Amino acid sequence: MTTATAPAAPPASGLHAGTPRRGLASRIVDRVGSGAIQVIMVLLGLFWLVPTLGLLVVSMRSVEVNNAEGWWTVFTKPAELTLQNYANLLSSGFTASFWNTVAITVPTTILVIGIAAMAAYAFAWMDFPGRDTLFLVVIGLLIVPIQIALIPIASLYGNLQIFGTIPGVVLFHVAFGLPFAIFLLRNFFVGIPSSLLEAARMDGASEWKIFATVVFPLGKPAIASLGIFQFLWVWNDMLIALVFADAGNQPMTKALQSQMRQFGSNVDILSSGAFLSLIIPLILFFAFQRYFVQGMMAGSVK
Amino acid sequence: MTERLDGPVAPREGSDSRGDSPGPADTPHKKLRLGPSPAVALAFLLPAALLLGVWVVYPIVFSIFRSLFDAAGTGFVGLGNYVTIFTDGGMLTTIRNNLIWVVVAPIVITTLGLIFAVLTERIRWATAFKLIVFMPMAVSLMAAGVIFRLVYDEDPDKGVANAVLTTINDTFSSSQGYPEARAREGDQSPVAAQGGAVVTKQPVQTGRPVLIPIVGVKPAVMPADAQPAKTPQGGDELAGTVWFDFTPGGGGQSNAVDATEKGLPGMTVEAVGSDGQVAATATTADDGSFRFEGLAAGSYVVRLPQSNFEAAYNGLTWLGPTLITPAIIGAFVWVWAGFAMVLIAAGLAAIPRDALEAARIDGATEWQVFRKITVPLLSPVLLVVFVTMIINTLKVFDLVFIIAPSSVQPEANVVALEMWRVSFGGGNNQGLGSALAIFLLILVLPFMIMNIRRFRRENA
Repeated sequence: MTTATAPAAPPASGLHAGTPRRGLASRIVDRVGSGAIQVIMVLLGLFWLVPTLGLLVVSMRSVEVNNAEGWWTVFTKPAELTLQNYANLLSSGFTASFWNTVAITVPTTILVIGIAAMAAYAFAWMDFPGRDTLFLVVIGLLIVPIQIALIPIASLYGNLQIFGTIPGVVLFHVAFGLPFAIFLLRNFFVGIPSSLLEAARMDGASEWKIFATVVFPLGKPAIASLGIFQFLWVWNDMLIALVFADAGNQPMTKALQSQMRQFGSNVDILSSGAFLSLIIPLILFFAFQRYFVQGMMAGSVK
Repeated sequence: MTERLDGPVAPREGSDSRGDSPGPADTPHKKLRLGPSPAVALAFLLPAALLLGVWVVYPIVFSIFRSLFDAAGTGFVGLGNYVTIFTDGGMLTTIRNNLIWVVVAPIVITTLGLIFAVLTERIRWATAFKLIVFMPMAVSLMAAGVIFRLVYDEDPDKGVANAVLTTINDTFSSSQGYPEARAREGDQSPVAAQGGAVVTKQPVQTGRPVLIPIVGVKPAVMPADAQPAKTPQGGDELAGTVWFDFTPGGGGQSNAVDATEKGLPGMTVEAVGSDGQVAATATTADDGSFRFEGLAAGSYVVRLPQSNFEAAYNGLTWLGPTLITPAIIGAFVWVWAGFAMVLIAAGLAAIPRDALEAARIDGATEWQVFRKITVPLLSPVLLVVFVTMIINTLKVFDLVFIIAPSSVQPEANVVALEMWRVSFGGGNNQGLGSALAIFLLILVLPFMIMNIRRFRRENA
């Protein structure tokens, strides 16, 4: 899940790293090898693109066509494309699972950001006994496997009568999202100039006010990164939903999983459902890839 | 292991006095005089502490106790559940699979990430390439599983992996499969079956055409480009015809090449000398004719080896018991290579270019620069990627669950999946499930300690 590493986040890094300067000698070598490299990279790019493309095409062809021929024949017969699978999917119960995914993901993301930001502010800017030890505990919790909590929390939820409900799923997600969130935000908050906080404290502002009006706004870049991460992580989760969401509250991942047993005959539902489930993550990813990459740099990722 | 992985970072500081020494920006509270009271701090920490305490810390304690009891939770079994993990046959397969995962996946991903990061510096469309390779990171493992179920479909007309393999195979191998085809039988026939192969009954001489009549060719495997059979004439080389000795609609003579009968292209033909060794090999043309060029005069037995009569190559059974784990690791690599690439590319961008330039001016080759300078300077980043991948492979669940068909899941099983299976997916043994969860926790424990130690070192 996460490896603790100091947030040395190089701002210009990631997907937009510039082309480095090179000397004359190596430029000549490059010229010779560059054709080969171009070809290799195109092939690799295809290798990474083709599987998703296959899913898209399969999701847009009827079961009969999919059973008769490979999806790549679409290039010669584009007329076979249809949106019928999606129409069928949306008129079935799948829309409900889409909204369940939203109902799980959005509150989780908001709660994680709020609760983690408060704790991170305390860890970064307040002095209390045992602070450093407690933070080391948080770092230790970063990579605790979710499996450890499935059985205990299932029986706890049974006693509290929230087993199978959306709040139960949300609370589980929030708890396991917190270590990474606190770690990421604390490391960012520490970098806020102390003069800003001291000035506010000198003016007699309450800690709550400082948190809400100084720290939280200044922490926006880190909070954006965290928000995207947390959103994607919860949106894409299957294991927690599998255990804690019952059929009426199941998100898309669980709904699709229940169709897996008859993969061949359900390929229309599965392909279109899987593609629907990844549209929103892909939009988020392309829109906010900078924050995505920065968050990953700072926390080395879930 | 921890020590080694922990290795090449800054040396440990002599004294652990993290108290009063005013460190860099990492100890800002020391400069603050107007800090709030601990009570206020507690209020800020309370929600997080409550959630972490109830949902993460309490379950660890609970699981340790629960793992010492049987399925019902009433009978104390001591370490019995742990003994089961290491003795049960299915469990041992599971642990073996996890071992394969942990050894293979992190190495492949880190290496690929390094190669991609280096190569993207050489192309103009680096950003596009990185976006493409990085994109699977945003996709759920569930969707990735569906994607690869489609990729690995065994039918080469549906699964793109086998489609590529069969295309490559057909390009490089001219051998055409004729399953169930066989030699014409009977006294008049010049050929007979021998083992799975077809041979001439008598040794044949160079200069006389060899006739090899074949029957039982199914219409489905008859190549579209097959031409009416022709008997090669003239020349003193060993030559002949392999053809489908069957005239559609009736008529025609057995063991003779009739006008409408078609040759069998792509047959492998061997000339076997009197010493039993294959002296020459040829392949039939579209009209079924073959010719051994440059073969010494003499008598030979002509043989169609068994490979001609096996079914055509149809790719690999990706989702079968043998290949399932490598296949799923392939999907895992597809998902995570982008992560490795982006992290390593950032490390690469931070390497001082002067060092590389100086080495190049001194005459170092690109490979030497890469081996002796780039990789050592990148080692901290490579380590982070490698360790993150180890942790991820230990926890792998979704991909195995989705990609492995249910009949193959026992062969593809991993600890995280087995934990879910025995506790919730029908096994109904939460004692064993708890033991598996604790086992998983113990597996990641070294990395937990490593993270803590590294943080203390960097923030001392």
